[in-house]
Amino acid sequence: MQSFDYVAPASVDEVISLLASKNGDAKILAGGTDLLVQLREGRRKASLVIDIKIIPELTQITFDPQTGLRIGAAAACHEICRDPNVSRLYPGLVDGIQLIGGVQIQSRASVGGNLCNASPAADAIPALVVHEAICNIVGPSGSRALPVEEFCLAPGRNALQAGEILSSVSAPTPKDKFGAAYLRFIPRNEMDIAVVGAGVSVVLDEDGKGFVSARIALGAVAPTPLLASEAGAFLTGKPVTRENIREAARMAQSIARPITDLRGTAEHRKHLCAVLVERALNLAIERAGGKYAE
Amino acid sequence: MATLDKPNEYKVIGTSPLRHDGVDKVTGRAAYGADIRLPGMLYGAVLRSPHAHARILSIDTTKAEKFHGVHAVVTASDLPDLESKVVELGEGVVNRKYQSNNVLARDKVLYFGHAIAAISANSLNIAQEALGLIQIEYEVLPPIMDVRQAAEPNAPILLDEVRTEEFGKKGDVPSNVAGHYQDKCGDIEKGFKDATVIVEREFTTTMVHQGYIEPQNGTAQYNPDGQVTIWCSTQDPFGVRQQVAEILEIPVSNIRVFPMEIGGGFGGKIGVYLEPLAVLLSRKSGYRPVKLTMSRADVLTSTGPTSGSYIKLKMGADASGKLTAAQATLMYELGAYPGGSVGGGMGVLLAPYRIENAVIDGYDVLVNKPKIAAYRAPGGTNAAFAAETVIDELSEKLGIDPIEFRLINGSKEGDRRVDGFTYKRIGYLETLQAAKESEHYRSTLSGPHRGRGVATGFWFNYGGKSSASASVNNDGTVSLLEGSVDIGGTRTSLAMQLAETLGIPAENVRPVVADTGSIGYTEGTYGSRTTFATGWAVYETANSLIEKLKERAAILWEVEAGQIQFENGVFSSGDKALTFKELASKLDETGGPIMASASVQPKGAGPTFAAHIVDVEVDPDTGKVQILRYTAIQDAGKAIYPAYVASQIQGGVAQGVGWALNEEYLYDEHGRLLNASLLDYRMPVALDLPMIDAVIVEVPNPGHPYGARGVGEVPIVPPPAAIANAIYRAVGVRMSKLPMSPARVVEAMKK
Amino acid sequence: MPNKVHVATTINSEETEFLCEPHQSLLEVLRETVGLMGAKEGCNNGNCGACNVILDGALVNSCLVLAVEIQGRSITTIEGIATPEGLHPLQQKFLEHAALQCGFCTPGFIVAGKALLDRNSNPSEQEVREWLAGNLCRCTGYDRIVKAVLDAAKV
Repeated sequence: MQSFDYVAPASVDEVISLLASKNGDAKILAGGTDLLVQLREGRRKASLVIDIKIIPELTQITFDPQTGLRIGAAAACHEICRDPNVSRLYPGLVDGIQLIGGVQIQSRASVGGNLCNASPAADAIPALVVHEAICNIVGPSGSRALPVEEFCLAPGRNALQAGEILSSVSAPTPKDKFGAAYLRFIPRNEMDIAVVGAGVSVVLDEDGKGFVSARIALGAVAPTPLLASEAGAFLTGKPVTRENIREAARMAQSIARPITDLRGTAEHRKHLCAVLVERALNLAIERAGGKYAE
Repeated sequence: MATLDKPNEYKVIGTSPLRHDGVDKVTGRAAYGADIRLPGMLYGAVLRSPHAHARILSIDTTKAEKFHGVHAVVTASDLPDLESKVVELGEGVVNRKYQSNNVLARDKVLYFGHAIAAISANSLNIAQEALGLIQIEYEVLPPIMDVRQAAEPNAPILLDEVRTEEFGKKGDVPSNVAGHYQDKCGDIEKGFKDATVIVEREFTTTMVHQGYIEPQNGTAQYNPDGQVTIWCSTQDPFGVRQQVAEILEIPVSNIRVFPMEIGGGFGGKIGVYLEPLAVLLSRKSGYRPVKLTMSRADVLTSTGPTSGSYIKLKMGADASGKLTAAQATLMYELGAYPGGSVGGGMGVLLAPYRIENAVIDGYDVLVNKPKIAAYRAPGGTNAAFAAETVIDELSEKLGIDPIEFRLINGSKEGDRRVDGFTYKRIGYLETLQAAKESEHYRSTLSGPHRGRGVATGFWFNYGGKSSASASVNNDGTVSLLEGSVDIGGTRTSLAMQLAETLGIPAENVRPVVADTGSIGYTEGTYGSRTTFATGWAVYETANSLIEKLKERAAILWEVEAGQIQFENGVFSSGDKALTFKELASKLDETGGPIMASASVQPKGAGPTFAAHIVDVEVDPDTGKVQILRYTAIQDAGKAIYPAYVASQIQGGVAQGVGWALNEEYLYDEHGRLLNASLLDYRMPVALDLPMIDAVIVEVPNPGHPYGARGVGEVPIVPPPAAIANAIYRAVGVRMSKLPMSPARVVEAMKK
Repeated sequence: MPNKVHVATTINSEETEFLCEPHQSLLEVLRETVGLMGAKEGCNNGNCGACNVILDGALVNSCLVLAVEIQGRSITTIEGIATPEGLHPLQQKFLEHAALQCGFCTPGFIVAGKALLDRNSNPSEQEVREWLAGNLCRCTGYDRIVKAVLDAAKV
């Protein structure tokens, strides 16, 4: 393992100035479950590791009915999933976040880390996308916000500019008749990277038998997580039927461009897209209190 | 776990006392190889080949040698250049020249991860950094990664001097086929003519790794006077001693090996990797102790997995369900050097069955992958995957229940295997009968996409050389020294055999696993031999103690030793009687301390059979297979330590499930291993398995004083076939490739 | 000489201090510097659980925690599971159920089991399997481990 220095600053400002002073040679440490492995294997380099876990605004989880949910970038998955507001109002987010590794990883890994690591197969990201989540970024020239679906640029590359950090992720308060779900396929029952991940959210009409809107996102089938906008738009105004669900799943599948690698074949991944989107839609509809209009 | 209802005729054997090393192991106090600390210890690291096949044109270590904190660098030029010589090791044979070349590559690297150089330094960090300073020039050669392609006449050749050995002769052209073996009986042409149903299938399996959680390690101290001490994780300390002696050309008597507690082996820790390097480095580092440990990536790229294979099998049966003929081709990967396991596969293939007409051709083939090592019944699982699914298909086509079909054809005492061996008392039919009558088999399995599969398995089990010695303490306890490394409770099962023979409780025996300097020659803990063969050594040691104690009683009672009886732990003569404990307290007054020992090489290791039943549910949309229920029935002869016999069975099943569903070695087009981590080399986790019912059948082995048969290996033989048969009944597809991963199941269902 | 950091921490309820380099994992420092060998290296990248410790009540892979991070915090290792009175029920049940073969994964499982029972005193079999999914065992097939944890919960 290469040598590096370690510092645990007490404020975001300090983090920003440390990053600037190291000119790209410093890395942010949240849970470390990706970073430490990468440093150890020489896939990333750092002369300084900046531990952001003692900065309250980077680990807090807050909810306000007006402004919605705000998750500090370094908050541990375990804390997020057992937050009463998150578990009550955002079960679809919990679906994705709680799948990141087993218990030991959950104690440390963070949503911010999952995003910044920008793996195409990240479990939190499709779930965040379908919740219309926003990345809150802070840097030397101030703050900015970016929709989650625009945050990953390529495998391992995110949209942060030099000297910027992801400070939090926020998601709006779910509307009435909102339901969301994330499902992934892995070969074992735990401990695997997603072969395919599917996040879905729906907003249903008063009866629960019609779609007002829907969002569908796919993971592990392209260099970045994908927002299947056309598939989601297709459902707008349509009745909740198995046929429409299958069509949306097929449309989402059509934008997937998976590769064959050590975790799965392109054919199987393509096939699984439709299977998982359909299943996730059914689950999201159930959570939204929906009924099949047939 | 259940042992079929029979009253236990023993006092200690057949019970499950707490293991003697248990407290150390649940408190973290037990010392494993990487836990050792010595004054002045240096840390070693190994440079491994980035190429699957290349000539080494030059190695320049000067920069690495000068790096601050580095003490020594070694390459193959520091090793004696050995002539080819074949020696026995473990469950097979090795060639000492190839062993040496595997430890440090000479002239050629033959697999991704092949060791080329090693460094000792003040810290592991420094050693690893210095590896990057070693400069090597390679001539990269095309790698050959497929066993069938490697066997073709125009394939790139791995080792220029290898010629195919077949029918007692060596071929005259270079070949990657190191050996072609054949077992034959009867007339298969006639046999197939007599068949009503014939099934012919081809199968492929990939390399899989033993997956022990503790990586290899080795620490060595080379003293200026030439005495060498080694501490390591090994199944075979005397084997380590021999291999190091041969590879470094040091007298065996100069080497002492202390086996540390071992974190799993399964056959993969018989061959040495690090120990010779540690010794070399210690000698070159001013005689300081040097410790080497493998990373998990090193373990996966560079230690021996088991063979991947191609198997073609054709079998025929007549309308009554009798097998009439079998013809098989087995091609097994050797990896980089000869010394293979196709023979094991050939033996397992038809072992459970009486068959008059058969031809089995086996090929051991070199490929640019790590040199294979034994993995629990080496060669057997691959063969059973083929045979047990073809048998299933035959039985189904004939409309005969799969267990019934096996009962019709099942081997028993007096039957002759295709390889010529005639069975003595075996328990295959009893194991099948237990399977047939089991609650699992008689229960109904309902629900969509669910199916039940059956498969059986065989393993030879091995005897070999073992030693033990014991001394009686004044308080009636006995100190027992034995040379068998304890991987899974054997120090206790051996203590129990001593205790039973002496009529004392197991707690009154203090077993110690001794180093090579303290105990007589003992072969390694492999081949399912320990409870059997070291058990014999312990039994004879106990009997020797009894004779000596009788002499002491004779002195006490002033009679002839021949007039002393010993029964149920009591020495008696006429109306005089003393328990073992009481007599032990009188040793001082009758002549002083008592010790006894025995060295044995028992024949009569009994083979073991198993019958497995598994219920699966297949998700037809994703291809994922869930194990719903698993029962593993196995003949243990006599279960000396039942809880640990059951646990061995459960562990073997779990490995078999991983082999069946998810484990495989994935290589890229350059021959580099892609999944050298436990993230992507996917072994079963607790959530992947249900409770596993281990049922022990006891058909005592007449070759052992308490009837024990080896139990450790056979449990891994049936699972892939049993699961394949269950998948067939669940969704109607016959799987012929391992692993039966979700993508493959979906693909098979589409056809 | 490399730059070392002084860490003051609590290990198994005892105040301890050590020097370490910032890049060293907690696993490495426990074993090489503090001298607690019970946590094992099985993979060094968070996939096997053999290195498990409890950090301020949370179960973690010590191979993925930097030693410097435990400044001012409290960890429990396998060495801190038993008490002066004797074995913890988990340890006792592991022995009674023969829930170990080679014993290498056992410290990790016992620490994981303790973290589970501290949080959920009456887990179901499913909950035990889910919790233990991050701990690999190659010898036992998990059956007896799960039974031992369920039985320890009853004590």
